[in-house]
Amino acid sequence: MKRLLLAATALIAAPLSAETVAITGGTVAIGDGSQPIKGGTVVIANGRVVAAGAGVAVPAGARVVDATGKWVSPGIVAGVSTLGLMEGYGMSETNDLSADKSPFSAALDMSTAINPTGQRIGVERAAGITRAFVIPSAGNTMFGGQGAVIDLGADMDPVTRPRAFQYVELGEDGMGPAGGSRPAAYALLKVALGAAANPASADFASKDALITRQDAEALAPVVRGTQPLLVHVERAADIRSVLALKKQYPAIKLVLVGATEGWMVAGEIAAAGVPVIAAALLDLPEKFESIAATQSNVGRLAKAGVTVAISNADISEGPYESYLAQYAGNLVALTKIPGAQGLDWGAAFATITSKPAAAIGMDGEIGSLRPGRRADVVVWDGDPLELSSAPTAIFIDGVAQPTTSRQTRLRDRYLDPVEKGLPKAYER
Amino acid sequence: MAVALALTACTGGAAPKSASSDAPAPGKGKGFDHDPFPSTYRAYPGVPTAIVHATVYDGEGGRIEDGTVLLADGRVTAVGGPDLAVPAGATVVDGTGKWVTPGVIDVHSHLGDYPSPAVKALSDGNEATAPVTAQVWAEHSVWPQDPGFSRALANGGVTTLQILPGSANLFGGRSVTLKNVYARTVQGMKFPGAPYGLKMACGENPKRVYGGKNREPSTRMGNVAVDRQTWMKAAEYKRKWDKYEEKGGEIPARDVAMDTLMGVLNGEILVHNHCYRADEMAIVLDMAKEFGYKVTAFHHAVEAYKIADLLKANGTCAAVWADWYGFKMESYDGIRENLAILHNAGACVMIHSDDQNGIQRLNQEVAKALAAGRRAGFTISDEQAWTWLAIAPARALGIADRTGSLKPGKMGDVVLWNGNPLSVYTRPEKVWVDGAMLYDANNPKLRPVSDFELGQPGEGDVK
Repeated sequence: MKRLLLAATALIAAPLSAETVAITGGTVAIGDGSQPIKGGTVVIANGRVVAAGAGVAVPAGARVVDATGKWVSPGIVAGVSTLGLMEGYGMSETNDLSADKSPFSAALDMSTAINPTGQRIGVERAAGITRAFVIPSAGNTMFGGQGAVIDLGADMDPVTRPRAFQYVELGEDGMGPAGGSRPAAYALLKVALGAAANPASADFASKDALITRQDAEALAPVVRGTQPLLVHVERAADIRSVLALKKQYPAIKLVLVGATEGWMVAGEIAAAGVPVIAAALLDLPEKFESIAATQSNVGRLAKAGVTVAISNADISEGPYESYLAQYAGNLVALTKIPGAQGLDWGAAFATITSKPAAAIGMDGEIGSLRPGRRADVVVWDGDPLELSSAPTAIFIDGVAQPTTSRQTRLRDRYLDPVEKGLPKAYER
Repeated sequence: MAVALALTACTGGAAPKSASSDAPAPGKGKGFDHDPFPSTYRAYPGVPTAIVHATVYDGEGGRIEDGTVLLADGRVTAVGGPDLAVPAGATVVDGTGKWVTPGVIDVHSHLGDYPSPAVKALSDGNEATAPVTAQVWAEHSVWPQDPGFSRALANGGVTTLQILPGSANLFGGRSVTLKNVYARTVQGMKFPGAPYGLKMACGENPKRVYGGKNREPSTRMGNVAVDRQTWMKAAEYKRKWDKYEEKGGEIPARDVAMDTLMGVLNGEILVHNHCYRADEMAIVLDMAKEFGYKVTAFHHAVEAYKIADLLKANGTCAAVWADWYGFKMESYDGIRENLAILHNAGACVMIHSDDQNGIQRLNQEVAKALAAGRRAGFTISDEQAWTWLAIAPARALGIADRTGSLKPGKMGDVVLWNGNPLSVYTRPEKVWVDGAMLYDANNPKLRPVSDFELGQPGEGDVK
């Protein structure tokens, strides 16, 4: 018991260091869309992947982790996440997701809010999630602000890339904050991007000013194309309107989020070279803008040549990042349904690893076990997409992570619910 | 029909017990019609069917390898091994490499009363205008054209589901149990003879909704106070009606809300109580004893694992998610081993969805909960775990004598899965309801399309 306590204290006080580790004998999934390799080896050193696959030599002095009978993969990348921004939706006191009373919108920087000690980060890490794109909600305009890429490590330094992208709502969720309609959102978008491109000619001073200088400055890298613009839309017609932005602002790096009706215009999305972070399994017309929803959306987009990742957003089963593997597995299940379009295992696994990373231009850093990537590695007790599987070892930036969480502590206390010699409060 | 029976009983010579009464005694439970919106559901025609060479989970914890399931006249007629004879003329379905189970039952759904599309005009799940709305009936909100029913059937293998009012109110109203078969009217979907349920809620929702309107209840103690006050009124109502029904006399005034609460006190209506926290469930159990009713099941019982022994002792079930946690304070202590700990303690436990997406994957939710339980050291077989979406919810709905397992004589509610249904790679291939095949993955004509989806983009797609 004391040892556990000490270990927990140590994790908070001083992160464990990255070691040279060779994980041997497991089924290795690289995460780049390739099929799993049996009996492979993964070598990590200095926080990076050195090599992964068959016939990889174990370096002298490496700590060897025997993964015989297990699977080894990159950690899962949650492409749309609220991790670090709150303890829970129903606890508004903890919620940094949106700020509709702020004078600012696009300028809001989510990296300033990430709390790495919140319960959810530990729980989701124990499910094999190692990175997340933290995405704000629209507040006083349809702009949510600048999202962050974070790691889920058990340390006090969660931000991988601050201000990694800008987030904007241009469907039903953007109408309200933008003033009540899609045209209102596009009108404001035009003013905002115009001010970002030409701040000298923008009106920031008058009482009628539509955008603050700080918001316009935050949008400058979007217009220059150095910061991706994640756009949440669902309706096929809205997707076409967003793609049309490329004509006026050719440098903008668009990423579609949601895109439930993307399959209807998959060819146009592919031709525009715009990646998609799609709602994985949405198949109900929950809104009029998602009336053609089908679980085959992802498969059809991929077949058309779109770079497509999946997220757990827009699905009402809690915003749990741990559902990503289950969703990817369901995409494989579709391959057995006549008329449906699914993905093979390698492609499905990529939708939760390298594809989200590629969508925001970070696949050189995270999302696969290709050499040079950050050593985010998970050893699983079975097929990572299968419902019965769970991580047995987790590394983030090459640092071994706990596989326990606040949930496993509660579990251990209540495996036998009946109180013994002392109240439950003394059992730990 | 009950009215007609009651009248018949009266005119047929049932002697009034009090000569001075204004009306003769109708007899216990016969003072008024208890079924004014009767089910008009009729089973669709099926053909005698034999599913052979499949792995069978019977829904009560039994398993048969290379099993045979026979359906005829809308019912399960026999379940056995490879030696079970296939009747002449039966349509044979080869189940090699596949699994057969009873139809999935979801004890907690809002399909129809919170349908897709989720526009305000169709938002009919919470009568959030007062904390006690026992007078409302969920069936009067159910939109039978909700596309969600088709997804629950095709992707989830769901054949029976309970539609509940929402949880804004302490007494949310009456639930209704449906067969998952599209009909033009909700009466056409109603599970014949299923008892009604009463939705109750404790915890954060009622106190938030009414505290936010600056009225009672705004606290948990306020919740319990309003509950008890209401049960006291119900006891008084029942006393008057019992007296009248047994002895005749002046007919007491009717009250729609009190009808339902009296139904609970008489044991006709089952209590389904939304309650997350262990300590609150314990208080509700005592309140139920105080007023002489039984809590059939706590729903969303994320902390049920902490009082598994208490639930078992009270014979009260827990209906739970596999792994939802932390979306509100009262769900903060949710753990993935909840189902397994309850199962291991011998308590009654089942999965539920409360969600139009989750209802499509209840088999997967069971698989996750089972895996978490095994990792925690519990020995639970696949076929035992299957009770969590079969006989256990059937019992909680009071319909276990008719569905919820593959036993001869029960309704032919059956799913043929295209692989192991506890694998993420598996989906329903065929679904029968009362012996009629109403979904077949290989036949686009057996893929229901609600009126709402007709003529819309994606009509008839695989979804």
